[in-house]
Amino acid sequence: METNFTPLASLLGGGLIGLAAVLLMLTLGRIMGATGILSAAIWGTDDRRWRWAILAGMVSGPAAYLGLTGNWPAVEVPVSTPALLIGGFLVGIGVSYGSGCTSGHGVCGMARLSPRSIAATLCFMLFTGLTVYVTRHLIGG
Amino acid sequence: MRLILSYLIGLIFGLGISISGMANPAKVLNFFDVAGSWDPSLLFVMGGAVVVTFFGYRWVLKRPGPSFDQIFHLPQNKAIDVKLLAGSAVFGIGWGLAGFCPGGALPALGTGKLEVLIFALAMLAGMFAARLIDTRMAARLQAPPLHEHQPAPHGPLTHKPRDPGAKADIT
Repeated sequence: METNFTPLASLLGGGLIGLAAVLLMLTLGRIMGATGILSAAIWGTDDRRWRWAILAGMVSGPAAYLGLTGNWPAVEVPVSTPALLIGGFLVGIGVSYGSGCTSGHGVCGMARLSPRSIAATLCFMLFTGLTVYVTRHLIGG
Repeated sequence: MRLILSYLIGLIFGLGISISGMANPAKVLNFFDVAGSWDPSLLFVMGGAVVVTFFGYRWVLKRPGPSFDQIFHLPQNKAIDVKLLAGSAVFGIGWGLAGFCPGGALPALGTGKLEVLIFALAMLAGMFAARLIDTRMAARLQAPPLHEHQPAPHGPLTHKPRDPGAKADIT
């Protein structure tokens, strides 16, 4: 499935993701990591309410996009349901042991120049690329 | 106030994800498909987000503390160990199979698409499984000790054992 190259929209969206990360550190002093926020919202022991508030805000994002542009953001899923299930399960295991994902390590950690986060980001990007290559060019064809 | 701010910050994040294309697995997977239908857009998402955060953090972290908390809660774990790398590798494989990462999928839930819900439930199951395995292993480690000495650190970069508050290190 082809998708259009959207440098401006992606840069703007990325800037907003960064803005959210900076505002969260400025106000609550927390890292904007989807994994950590979700995990501690469900299983955490300290104040979980602000985490649920952030999750509610995140889920409202597409509706805000609809309000601004008149369209829902595109969510095209070019993979099968088993791939979603297995992929989702592996993502859940991986981000738990890796202590973070694209937002926590990839954005916040890289911006702090944390060697741990840079190592994690390089590692998952490499394996994502390899997996896409294997499923699309070696198996899928 | 903390809750209103948190909601608005989540909203900015979710809007950013929606505008950037990170909520769209077709676009995410095409970024990684350099040998096929390559779409370099995600480079601009990551670039924009990291640059804004880099300069924003430099400004924020010079302040004495956050506005609505006592301290900046920064991850203290510096170890680049097997757990970090194996976990990240497994995450990468899952991301490559499904096309969703947690930060993309959570906002995408707001579109009400069934595929996102399926992914999110599977991801929660994975997170739950990891916690279950961790608890089991911790319980086993607390069983009658075989030797008197403490287990050696995992690798040369492990400076100190993980403290009890280590869950806070999850970014």
